[in-house]
Amino acid sequence: MEAIFAICVGILTTCGFFLVLRGRTFTVVIGLTMLSYAVNLFLFASGRLTVDGAAVLGQSEVYGDPLPQALVLTAIVIGFAMTAFLVILAMRSRADQGNDHVDGQSPDHATKSIASDKRNG
Amino acid sequence: MNLMWVVLLPLIGTLVPLLTERFGRNLCALSVAILPAWSLILVLMHVGQIFDGESLRQTIEWIPSMGLDISFRLDGLSLLFLLLILGIGLLIILYARYYLSDKDSMGQFYAYLMLFMSAMVGIVISNNMIQLWMFWELTSISSFLLISFWSNKSEARKGARMALTVTGTGGLALLAGLLLIGNIVGSYDLDVVLASGDLLKAHAAYPIALVLVLLGAFTKSAQFPFHFWLPHAMSAPTPVSAYLHSATMVKAGIFLMCRFYPALAGTDLWFIIVSLTGLFTLLLGAYIALFKHDLKGLLAYSTISHLGLITLLLGLNSTLAAVAAVFHIINHATFKASLFMAAGIIDHETGSRDMRKLHGLAKFMPYTATLAIVAALSMAGVPLLNGFLSKEMFFAETLDQSMLGSLSWMIPLLATVGAAFSVAYSLRFIHDVFFNGEPVDLPKTPHEPPRYMKVPMEILVVLCLAVGIFPAFFVGDLLHSAAFAVMATEVPTYSLSIWHGFNIPLFMSFLALVGGITIYYNRRHLFDFQSHFSEPDAKYIFEDSVQKIVRFSQRLMGAIENGSLQRYIFLMLLFILVMSAYPLLSLTENMGSRAQLPVDGVAIIAALLLIFSAIATVIWHRKRFMSLIFLSVVGLIVSLAFAKFSAPDLALTQLSVEIVTIILLLLALYFLPQSTQKESSNRRLSVDLTVSAIIGCIIGTLCFAMLTMPVETISDFFIANSKTGGGGTNVVNVILVDFRGFDTLGEITVLGIAALGIFKLISKMRIYVPTRDDKGRLWNNDPHPMMLAMVSQSLLPLALLVSAFIFLRGHNLPGGGFIAGLITSVAIVQQYIANGVMWIKPRMKLDYQWMIAGGILIATATGLGSWIFGKPFLSTWFDYFSLPLIGEFELASALIFDLGVYLTVVGAVLLILANLGKLTTTERVEEKVNE
Repeated sequence: MEAIFAICVGILTTCGFFLVLRGRTFTVVIGLTMLSYAVNLFLFASGRLTVDGAAVLGQSEVYGDPLPQALVLTAIVIGFAMTAFLVILAMRSRADQGNDHVDGQSPDHATKSIASDKRNG
Repeated sequence: MNLMWVVLLPLIGTLVPLLTERFGRNLCALSVAILPAWSLILVLMHVGQIFDGESLRQTIEWIPSMGLDISFRLDGLSLLFLLLILGIGLLIILYARYYLSDKDSMGQFYAYLMLFMSAMVGIVISNNMIQLWMFWELTSISSFLLISFWSNKSEARKGARMALTVTGTGGLALLAGLLLIGNIVGSYDLDVVLASGDLLKAHAAYPIALVLVLLGAFTKSAQFPFHFWLPHAMSAPTPVSAYLHSATMVKAGIFLMCRFYPALAGTDLWFIIVSLTGLFTLLLGAYIALFKHDLKGLLAYSTISHLGLITLLLGLNSTLAAVAAVFHIINHATFKASLFMAAGIIDHETGSRDMRKLHGLAKFMPYTATLAIVAALSMAGVPLLNGFLSKEMFFAETLDQSMLGSLSWMIPLLATVGAAFSVAYSLRFIHDVFFNGEPVDLPKTPHEPPRYMKVPMEILVVLCLAVGIFPAFFVGDLLHSAAFAVMATEVPTYSLSIWHGFNIPLFMSFLALVGGITIYYNRRHLFDFQSHFSEPDAKYIFEDSVQKIVRFSQRLMGAIENGSLQRYIFLMLLFILVMSAYPLLSLTENMGSRAQLPVDGVAIIAALLLIFSAIATVIWHRKRFMSLIFLSVVGLIVSLAFAKFSAPDLALTQLSVEIVTIILLLLALYFLPQSTQKESSNRRLSVDLTVSAIIGCIIGTLCFAMLTMPVETISDFFIANSKTGGGGTNVVNVILVDFRGFDTLGEITVLGIAALGIFKLISKMRIYVPTRDDKGRLWNNDPHPMMLAMVSQSLLPLALLVSAFIFLRGHNLPGGGFIAGLITSVAIVQQYIANGVMWIKPRMKLDYQWMIAGGILIATATGLGSWIFGKPFLSTWFDYFSLPLIGEFELASALIFDLGVYLTVVGAVLLILANLGKLTTTERVEEKVNE
């Protein structure tokens, strides 16, 4: 079971990073959401996997580690806030710049403008 | 006495000229002079004590644990330098009053000058190495400001930059050296360091420390091969040259060598480096000085040469030589400062410094000429002047060493040659400028300068004569106490008289005089010879290398930072790979000993579904809607995984967040392009995929390794104390609202801030609102279907009831404020979807901003409430009550805190979604840009 869990985390990470490396804002947001799944699962795994563990005291002898759960719970909510902020930022960027590329300009319109400004004397 | 005031007074004086500039030049100069004069008086009050062999200390503890104290000392060496710095400084203030023209900002000039003066004073009276270094750096900076005072001139800027670069680099080396010394000795206190000479010299790191400290000294004192900045610093106003480049700043390096003489000198390494550098600099400076046509250029190279002479003396490792070095410091400062002043006067009154034009000035300014001639003769080492005395001692010392073995005879010989050149350029200064025919087209008709401009020169020249004729009377005590401070042992007996009988040093002086006159007489041949060599201009070489470095950096920056965020992320990922490669490769095992769970069929199916959906999200990422749907499948399976692995709270949270997220992304997608054009090349895609896959493999491996390792958790504490201490049986919730309540408070604050940020982003947004999708179909022919509206309306009370239930039971069973908040949000969002913003608006008057603020306030107030009962912030209180019909129940302050969490979550989620949803109903903005 542990191996399956780890493989899933690995796949989610791969897909997440690949999407983050794309050039359009929406895809990047999807990638980040995917990454946050991977991160949450990874954090959760630090408490090890428990099947049929007790959620509350007194139900069973086996407990799932509650600390990572508490951390991941807030992480999920914060992750939502971050995703929301990013996607709205992406919309705003499209509204203001007229395109949805992460650099604010489509690569075909982009001019190589990092000219060497000469400072003499 | 408060030694600190010696340095504080000039430092305060930095502000004086800025305030008094408006009252006219005389008053400004006068007011500037008051504070350094006061400081000088403070010093003079202790001359008696110092001459009696005492030395004063003052220490103010600053960070004693790090060895950082503000610490001052006043001994013979400090006294000598203080007299030079403050005394000549006062003369320079007077001189500059007449030198500066109306166009120059006098206040600015004096402010820089005072800053420099304070820094120099700070160097010489510091008793802590770090403090000394700080003042050392301050001299570099203030001299940069002074050299570039005429900042409209290109040479001034370049010269200043060069000086700052060279001395600044040396300063860094010095810092490294001082830190190393402090490390070896175990203290930054100079008293301790100077007393630990043997320890230092025996230490393995001594050569490194020595070289680093000497780098600092040599760059500052313009020793070969760092001498090139000094001639270019001559583009400074002449008072600056007279002050910094003859009397004070360039002597700071010499001072450093004197100061650390007891700790660092006396080894063969010291002798080799210091004396040979000094000797070479002496010869080089004296030779080049002869060929300079610029008056100040000649003086600059002459200064380099004399600094080399002092360095050579210090390097000889003989105590008498050190006495001679200290003596020459005094003499050089007096005659060179007056010569610079003469050069300034000549420049000021004729408009030129070119010795090919300046001739026969003795006729026009006889008085200045006399003064300058006396000073120049002292520079040449003519008897009855102070320069003669120290040069005589110098010759005697060069004879008295045998460090170079059978080649030791070369040192006196080369010293005599250097002295001969020194005579030759002094003669050129006298003969070319004041005699030798008539002036050649000068911009101004030369005449004597204003009366008081000559006073500083007169004082210095009188000193040259006085010391030269009655040395023991005028400087005997000063020299003795300074030499005592340098050596830190008894000073050997020496005789300070003009006449020592016919001996070899006298013969050498005679040889140098005759040789110098001969060289000058035959100068035509030498000039011809020299003209065959092209003279490299250090300025251009330096500028060229600076430009090269700048261009290199620009190329490097351009290569890395090209403005593409995609590139940055890619580089960061690569960096992660590189950083994690080594520790991962050195791991041999990735499977721990923990017993693994058995695999079951459902888990495999769920995992396959997750993998398929994740990959499908990637494959169809250009069809955004499809991608989003697959993403939601991934999210659902993640929440199932939480449920499976005994985390019902997480499963509930993930599920409701998932719903909210997907609704949000769907809404956003409405405003964004529905599909993405293929932009990346296949090569790029495969590279990106490779890097992501490698990182994915690393994370997966780490995850597996972690999962199979035995766990040692701190959670046992929480489990043990959850019921007794927190009053709840749902440990996760108790951690959130009690054990780690402060974290949660921070968390909901972040959530609230994010929501408000989004609100702000949305409120000013003017975005194109499409009416049709990319296939040309209408978006909304039935925006609010009747069935959905009816069902959601009837579901709302039920959903709210569930959320209340989840909220109330949270402390003891899965649930709590976060989850209840999300469920409420989902229920209300459903109303928005079913009925539209316009329909909701009049029916539900909730101000979401107030909800967020109220939530955070309630949570904070709960925390503060525990203060009333004298408990730490956010302590929980709980008790059990019973009521008829209801039975026993529990009340806990954590419930109120959870209410704050609940309100914040509801407010934040709805603020985001409702405002975003509202965008679809605002008036449609024309499409701004065609894509």
